[in-house]
Amino acid sequence: MDIFGVPIQALLGQVLIGLINGGFYAILSLGLALIFGLLNIINFAHGAVYTAGAFVAWLLLEYLGIGYWGALLFAPGIIALIGIFLEKTLVSQIYRQDHLYGLLLTYGMALIIEGGFRQVYGVSGIPYNLPEALSGGVNLGFMYLPIYRGWVVVVSFVVCILVWYVIERTKLGSTLRAATENPALTKAFGINVPRLITLIYGLGVGLAAFAGVLAAPIYQVNPLMGSNLIIVVFAVVVIGGMGSIMGAILSGFALGVVEGLTKVFYPPASQLVIFIFMAAILLIRPAGLFGRKQ
Amino acid sequence: MSDTSAKKPAVLKVENLQAWYGESHILHGMTFDVNEGEVVTLLGRNGAGKTTTLRSIMGIVEARTGVVEINGKSALSVPAHMISPMGIAYCPEERGIYKSLTVRENLMLPPVIAPGGMTVDEIFELFPNIAERLNSGGGNLSGGEQQMLAIARILRTGCRLLLLDEPTEGLAPVIVQAIGRVLKTLKSRGYTILLVEQNFRFAATVADRHYVVEHGQVIDQIANSDIGRESGRLHEYLGI
Repeated sequence: MDIFGVPIQALLGQVLIGLINGGFYAILSLGLALIFGLLNIINFAHGAVYTAGAFVAWLLLEYLGIGYWGALLFAPGIIALIGIFLEKTLVSQIYRQDHLYGLLLTYGMALIIEGGFRQVYGVSGIPYNLPEALSGGVNLGFMYLPIYRGWVVVVSFVVCILVWYVIERTKLGSTLRAATENPALTKAFGINVPRLITLIYGLGVGLAAFAGVLAAPIYQVNPLMGSNLIIVVFAVVVIGGMGSIMGAILSGFALGVVEGLTKVFYPPASQLVIFIFMAAILLIRPAGLFGRKQ
Repeated sequence: MSDTSAKKPAVLKVENLQAWYGESHILHGMTFDVNEGEVVTLLGRNGAGKTTTLRSIMGIVEARTGVVEINGKSALSVPAHMISPMGIAYCPEERGIYKSLTVRENLMLPPVIAPGGMTVDEIFELFPNIAERLNSGGGNLSGGEQQMLAIARILRTGCRLLLLDEPTEGLAPVIVQAIGRVLKTLKSRGYTILLVEQNFRFAATVADRHYVVEHGQVIDQIANSDIGRESGRLHEYLGI
């Protein structure tokens, strides 16, 4: 069966790849949106943190024999702790400064992290094996689904919904939203906003590291894997609306699929399509699809 | 001299408080105190520094010097989030209802810092409107409802010293009356209240004493019992 002259297998294959990329976009833009909302800093180190997550997973396996499942838990934890340390020592110094200082600091951090991995491990990429339980595939009749790829789509969706639930439906989440909307008044109620800020930076970079571990078996562990992704993720955040949690999740998955489908119908535009969307959204709705007007 | 023994201790003491917004020097040495169980107002024209005084006490304005003591402890050298736990709660002029939170979330946001705060049921008795709007977004309330919620949420905390910044501003007379009843109820329950007001007729119905503020300083003090006799002076101060 063909749709507009494209075999349905090819179409669904690209939709699946789109959903996988969309999952990474969603998790990364979720972290960026959380950090931007509360810290008012655009974390240019986010792609490098994703890379670092993949490297930590590989290092855990290489030196400690901790496999994929352990890495899925420990790598985000380790990266979150490093993130908390960096927030306390470096990032917290610039909250009162212009956005430009945040950009310079986090971009500098990204260059150092990526340059470090590049220096030690080169740019050719290190393979990271699929966990055994998730290798192989299933024939769905209309297409062949590699189990690991299905797993990535499901788990990234579940993680996104979990974070959304915590932010929108729990007491901790309402405190976070309050601190995002009016930090001075929230402090005046006796809420320790600086500690919430540290927590959110840890959570945001932990999510990026989690995505890095998920990506390692698909894309290999490569110092440049984050910088390839992060530009698109920034476009996703702008489209979804700065600081909007649901916006980041929905536009992450949706734009992954849009990108995948463009690869089928007009491949030369696939690198470009997200940015065309971004430009159009900025013209029509400057606050983004789900953003609130300031 | 004799009145020091009769007087209850000052729960809020402010001495020579100076404050700045960036380069501009707003408070030029505010000095006043509020004793336990009293309702005290800061009266004055727009821009006199009344709101800045409250914001300086709460640590929202950070560039400040002088003395602020809450229940005998200095509130000037501690981080902003440590001030409310000293027993003080703040209701800002702009009400500060969070739009990204529901009414229920707004109500439950301020942490309980001491036992003896009002229960949610008591709050609903005082503010029946809030009970009906619990699941609305904070941004969907009318001005009067926002003001009620802004007062209600600090009554849960157990703080006995309340700073209220123009709770009647821009509200319909019937709502002003309702807020007046709430303030009298709070006073009868022994709360200590520092009230900023432009509407001195309203202030006179609840307050014990009034401080007149001009150019960031207290320039006069009037007991509420004298307010009839002193109304000429007050009119001159407030330009009404």
